[in-house]
Amino acid sequence: MSTAYDATASHARARFRMERKPQSLRLVAEGEWTTRDIAALDEQLRAVDLGDVAQADIDGSALQRIDSAGTWLLVRTKREWESMGKRVGPIVLPHMYDSLLHTVEHEHTAPPVIIHNQHTLEAFVERVGKGTVHGVFQGAGILSYVGRVTLEILEAIVHPRGNLRVAALVHQVEETGINALPIVGLLAFLIGIVLAYQGADQLKRFGAEIFTINLLGVGLLREIAGLITAIIIAGRSGSAFTAQIGTMRVNEELDAMQTIGINTVDTLVLPRILGLVIALPFLTFYADIMGMIGGAVMCYFDLHITLPVFLRQLQDAISLNTFLVGIIKAPVFALIIALVGCYEGLQVERNAASVGRLTTRSVVESVFLVIVLDAAFSIIFSLIGI
Amino acid sequence: MSAGRPNTGTADKDAIIKVRKLVNGFGDQLLHDHLDLDVYRGEVLGVVGGSGTGKSVLLRSIVGLNKIQSGTIEVFGRDTSELNDAEMRQIEMRWGVLFQEGALFSSQTIAENIQVPLREYLHMPQELMNEIASMKLSMVGLPEDAAAKHPSELSGGMKKRAGLARALALDPDIVFLDEPTAGLDPISANMFDVLVKDLQKSLNLTVFMVTHDLDTLRATTDRIAVLVDKKIKVGTIDELRRDPHPWIQQYFSGPRGRAAA
Repeated sequence: MSTAYDATASHARARFRMERKPQSLRLVAEGEWTTRDIAALDEQLRAVDLGDVAQADIDGSALQRIDSAGTWLLVRTKREWESMGKRVGPIVLPHMYDSLLHTVEHEHTAPPVIIHNQHTLEAFVERVGKGTVHGVFQGAGILSYVGRVTLEILEAIVHPRGNLRVAALVHQVEETGINALPIVGLLAFLIGIVLAYQGADQLKRFGAEIFTINLLGVGLLREIAGLITAIIIAGRSGSAFTAQIGTMRVNEELDAMQTIGINTVDTLVLPRILGLVIALPFLTFYADIMGMIGGAVMCYFDLHITLPVFLRQLQDAISLNTFLVGIIKAPVFALIIALVGCYEGLQVERNAASVGRLTTRSVVESVFLVIVLDAAFSIIFSLIGI
Repeated sequence: MSAGRPNTGTADKDAIIKVRKLVNGFGDQLLHDHLDLDVYRGEVLGVVGGSGTGKSVLLRSIVGLNKIQSGTIEVFGRDTSELNDAEMRQIEMRWGVLFQEGALFSSQTIAENIQVPLREYLHMPQELMNEIASMKLSMVGLPEDAAAKHPSELSGGMKKRAGLARALALDPDIVFLDEPTAGLDPISANMFDVLVKDLQKSLNLTVFMVTHDLDTLRATTDRIAVLVDKKIKVGTIDELRRDPHPWIQQYFSGPRGRAAA
């Protein structure tokens, strides 16, 4: 007595049927068992009900084609049945697949656990612990980096001979300063227009539109021009520092420099820091002027204030201190942007993804620090009454 | 697998890749000048040539990463320039490429890397994909614990093996290997040769291999294609040794060539 039934739809390219006899069971595989067609078989093979037979066989001799994934399914089924205590004869395949069967059966032994569950309490505690330890180490790393850079700067000042690479410094000033002129100028000009327009709109109600110029002068010179410039430069040059140094890390260029005996802080970090410290005050000054021009243009068209009137009012509104308060912050912003940019660049690991991640982090951190510092400056200035 | 015949274009053989009158170049410089090449089903073809002769460009042209200037490339009997996107995907399912540094996706684990082609082309239960990934890993001789690692945690040789496992994920007909043994120590290189030969036999692969490694050529290839004078000369290693061309003579009869004999 033998029953045979199709376990899968007969039109499927990969299919099998089970032949039952009282004491034994035979799996007959047919069609083409290839990677692209076997997905449907996976569940059906797991669901085969063996009943209480002692002997089971797997017969693939009628297969037209089989590949390694298909072979794996047969091998897995055999192993599962064996683990249930059945006797399973050797898998039969057409002879041309003998070596394939051998490879799959003998080289692959245990199915591994691949993906860990990330949502257990244990995993959460582990992540928190890892994060804390990582944070502490990072803090220590930043401190030692700042210390090292300070020492290098001091040494460059005390022994200025070959220590400072003048060519690199000039290149950095050009790259971060001169090449940024168009974008900084345009944005400062637009900010000047916006500020003048909004100020005029409000002040007109009190008939005090002439004070738009005071608003412009004080607002731009003290705060906005410096802040906008610093933020643009953080996005433009801070990110470039991280990406440049990071790419050098990926290419092992930093390692090469170290083996040659070149000090990486000295050659890569110092020119960038000093270059930006020189460039940013000038850029801020330039942004002051462009913002003023924008404001003057808006005043002329919106309030019909001519340039001589504008200049006279401006002279009354601002003092040298107003300008200095704005410009004195620029080197500090530059220092922070360059320090963060270079630090994150040196943190890059030897893979491409890490360059992108740290570049993003460097921009976010430097913009954040610039704004925090700006607030700190405001508090200090108000305390000492400037 | 008996050694292939040296002459290309014989009608009795089943050419799985057919390159005809291929012209490639950058700017004024011509790399390939009306180059012809046949790759037969089930053979291991080694491609050699001096630096800058366009070995990798030839490989990239065949797999469609490089826009060719003129000529035709037929894969599985279809001219690749005339295929639409869907037809091209059908062909792409049937080949795997191992890039020089493995080109593993760095944000994913090795197991996920191997599953990328499966996930892209097929609807498979995750569990089956995990099983297939771990089977491929053991086929290329990587330990089980490599599955959960990221590419940055693997050595160069292991990355190549993992790259090969990804290239084999869909059980392709053709595998392209770009300098598979470059940068490996001789023992690992030797093991890689054995691995390629074993897999080629058991999976009935056609292998197109760009390499500089004379030992690899000797150990694995059925025929060798030499890129000289912007064209290709094909033959077995013994036939090429008798070729009078000075570059080929230097290549196979230089100190390294003799050592590998």
